[in-house]
Amino acid sequence: MKRAQRNSVLVHVAAIVTSVVILAPFLWMVMASITPQRILITTPLQWIPDELDLSRYVQIFTGGSEGVGATFRAAMLNSIIVAVGTVTISMIVGILGAYAFARLKFRFRRAILMTFLASYMLPQIALLIPLYLILNTAGLLNTKTGLILVDCAIVIPFVLWVLSNYFMTIPEELEEAARIDGTTRLGALFWVVLPAAKPGLFAAIMFAFLLAWDEFMYALIFTSSDVAKTLPVALSEFAGRYTTDFGLVAAGGILAALPPLIVAVIFQRYIVSGMASGAVKG
Amino acid sequence: MVRSKRENQARLAFWLLIPAGVAVFGVIVYPILRTLLISFFEVTSALATDTPFVGFNNYLEVLSNSTFWASMGRTLYFTLISTSLELCLGLLLAGLLNAKLRARWLFRAIVVIPWAIPTIVSAAMWKGVFNAQYGPLNAMLSQLGIIDQYQAWLGDPTTALNMVILADVWKSTPLVAFFLLAGLTAIPNELYEAAKLDRASWPRIFRSIVLPMLIPSISIVLVLRTVEAFKVFDIIYVMTRGGPVNGTQTIAYYAYTTAFSDQNFGVGSALSYVIVIVILALSAIYLRLLRRSEMSLL
Amino acid sequence: MIIKNARTNRLTVGIGLLSLGALLLSGCSLTGASTSNESKEGDGTGAINALFMKQAGYSEDNVNAMIADFESKNPDITVEPTFVAYEALHDKIVTSAPAGTYDVVHLDVIWPADFASKGLITDVTDRFPATWTDEMLGGALTSAEYQGKYYGAPWGPSTKLFYFNKEMVAAVGATEADLTTWDGALAVATKIKAAGLAEYPFSWSWSQAEALICDYAQLLGAFGGAFTDADGKLVVNDAAGVEALTWMKKTIDDGLTDPASITFLEDDVSKSLSAGKTAMALNWESTFRDSNDASISTVVGKVGVLPTPAGPTGEHPGVNGSMALSIGAQSTNQAAAWKFIEYMTSQSVQEQYVTSSMTNWKSSYTKTDLAASNPEVFAAAGVAYDTMILRPTVANYNSVSQILQVEIQNALLGKKTPQQAMDDAVEAANATIG
Repeated sequence: MKRAQRNSVLVHVAAIVTSVVILAPFLWMVMASITPQRILITTPLQWIPDELDLSRYVQIFTGGSEGVGATFRAAMLNSIIVAVGTVTISMIVGILGAYAFARLKFRFRRAILMTFLASYMLPQIALLIPLYLILNTAGLLNTKTGLILVDCAIVIPFVLWVLSNYFMTIPEELEEAARIDGTTRLGALFWVVLPAAKPGLFAAIMFAFLLAWDEFMYALIFTSSDVAKTLPVALSEFAGRYTTDFGLVAAGGILAALPPLIVAVIFQRYIVSGMASGAVKG
Repeated sequence: MVRSKRENQARLAFWLLIPAGVAVFGVIVYPILRTLLISFFEVTSALATDTPFVGFNNYLEVLSNSTFWASMGRTLYFTLISTSLELCLGLLLAGLLNAKLRARWLFRAIVVIPWAIPTIVSAAMWKGVFNAQYGPLNAMLSQLGIIDQYQAWLGDPTTALNMVILADVWKSTPLVAFFLLAGLTAIPNELYEAAKLDRASWPRIFRSIVLPMLIPSISIVLVLRTVEAFKVFDIIYVMTRGGPVNGTQTIAYYAYTTAFSDQNFGVGSALSYVIVIVILALSAIYLRLLRRSEMSLL
Repeated sequence: MIIKNARTNRLTVGIGLLSLGALLLSGCSLTGASTSNESKEGDGTGAINALFMKQAGYSEDNVNAMIADFESKNPDITVEPTFVAYEALHDKIVTSAPAGTYDVVHLDVIWPADFASKGLITDVTDRFPATWTDEMLGGALTSAEYQGKYYGAPWGPSTKLFYFNKEMVAAVGATEADLTTWDGALAVATKIKAAGLAEYPFSWSWSQAEALICDYAQLLGAFGGAFTDADGKLVVNDAAGVEALTWMKKTIDDGLTDPASITFLEDDVSKSLSAGKTAMALNWESTFRDSNDASISTVVGKVGVLPTPAGPTGEHPGVNGSMALSIGAQSTNQAAAWKFIEYMTSQSVQEQYVTSSMTNWKSSYTKTDLAASNPEVFAAAGVAYDTMILRPTVANYNSVSQILQVEIQNALLGKKTPQQAMDDAVEAANATIG
């Protein structure tokens, strides 16, 4: 009993230490975003500034074309459109494909799945040059459509893998009962498998969203203006009115991290249940 | 009867997989062939119309370049250190995530944060943390009396590379931990119970139950993180831009500068192909090794 | 290789054949660039996109004010500006070129050779008024010229000036006269350090970036050297080139230069000066404006500015950091783009924003009322623009600069002797210049 108690205390201490290590740099970034630049660059560092400065957030939310505000808001919108577009397409395509992998018997099933997964190993840099030239010929350079197209190629293999693993854990009897009643395979997929696969679906959505939101290299090369530029690219080019103000980068970074953070915290409990079988049978 | 049912299934599978196949391989197959083609020509501008055929010269140029080999070495170092750190810390963290904790949901929500933060944001954040003028790392260490002068953490090639690794570990360990946690929760409780009845020690339980059951998860994470680490670009782009003295120039960043800063698209393509070959070789070795270890453990 | 099923196999082969076919059809060129010569002139109206640099020189506010004014004078043209950090500007111009995203791009003096030889910017020699060649400063003109042709209009000359913290310099009993030579500046720095006024009196932009080459160029000039010889070959391993580097390394060893300089860009140097940590530094003209902005500076009114100090030869050329505006090669609205460039680079507009960037019109410098609006910088810059040192004008400048950056840093970090580093740089760079 005593030993169990000591273990429990140890585990809690470890969890608290871990939390501090994870949160500390992030909290500093939050502080930096509301510390005036004049104070931010002084030594010794004032951990808690004697004066708060919310002007960067004001600038980002209301600033016109004279600051980073307009670019940031355009990029936020672009990122949302690209991420939502990519997730939607990848989920639809992925659900169909994953069902085939999980339920249907056909030759080289495993080999085809492996080919999909292997495509993830190709470094983006190897596709960058011709994709860039092709998108240019197709008039898709600097467009959100072009970006969604190339992002889907990254996200779909992941979705296929997570979903096909999850579908396999759903008892086949459920589906068979429905099919005896005359439902088609696709009908069974929609009315029986999907409702039972919620954790897997949520885990897949979360993965897909984070991947699409985080994508940098394609966006860096394929977009060049506010029309299609996504947040990661906008942030990498962030600079203040006169000099690069770290506080402004911090404020922009925090806002850019909010959508994926919200998605992750909400869906976090599905990662484990949605992946539980996935990781094992991969 | 059985045979035709099977054929039906194959036909359905074909139609179900076509959209995914087109969306993925439609974007990949043609570019990969075209990269191969471009790698045999001299292309010095994105608008070039005069592109002489140079055979294997671009490959020779890459392989005879000392900068290439240095970048390759650094990339391997980055991959090896960051992946092994993430795996070890990830295992510990997974155990912690799985432990009986008050407010476990809160802990899990905190751990998910670095994973959710976009790589660019986390790189910018760490660049700020390591800043030689106003970085909080300097402030903290000097206020604690550990250093008496502010250090340029990104000012020495070796230190800078290690700092970049640190940033990568902070960002990626939670992902690894959640993958392993998924594997951990799949271990039936009876196994632990049985081991406890046998009065097995924790290290023994870990070695003879947990680790073998986790091998599939570990192998996936290992391949995934190795490939990711080998492709590392965005952290470098934001934190150091390859400096100082090219000390953080990884192979992907080198390929990027060759193609898009120096506008040497032919050599850049050849370089990309070399990277593909290395990654495929690395993954093949990995999978083979793991398959062997899996068999010996089971 | 993984064996696929027959159907997928057929599919893959199909896609492969299709793509090869498409490649052959589009086969006019490997890059997909068209060779057609249709007019890209446009009708002189409509929307144009312009790519600008942020930070030094004209601020975003300045540029936006100029655009607003231009649009009110030319109601049938609208200008959509995009601002990127200097470090991202070169690659952005490259990657946006084929799509023709930008009608107007902001050019650094080191790029005309690169972009012009690769066809990314438009030859505007026919539009370029002959009188401009006489009316503009020679140093500024080079920012838009390559092999006798013009590829844009100069938009402000620029060089690095010498900034110093007046309080610190006065506290050790030194005057501006002591800061006219690098020897003098070193002596003052030693006193400032001894007096404990600054841990490291100097800071520099010596990170692995173009900024390093700018600082080196200025010191190279002071030691009487040049980057290239008459044949265009790099010669920085000669006496002057090595001496300049040896001097840089010595200031680090003597504790006069902030060792963190190796991670600094100009912006960090400006911050260090503004935070009162640095006593002396080289930086662009607009640093004076920034150091006097109370929202980001703690040394308002305490910063002085001089031309760059002289070396042992008595020479003190500033690095030529002029900029220009060019028309993107794929722009389909070139007439309107040129109208905009003409307006932005005009003498009256440049004079109006002279606190941000100096003008490249010679006659501006004889106007006393104009000099009075920014007297300190005018005094320093007037001298500096007399002689400027040019970085190599080679088509693959980017690679040459990369090589130099790495080797200079190798010497600064003590990994190579200055002579060894420069020998290696010259060997590698001349191999790529070919």
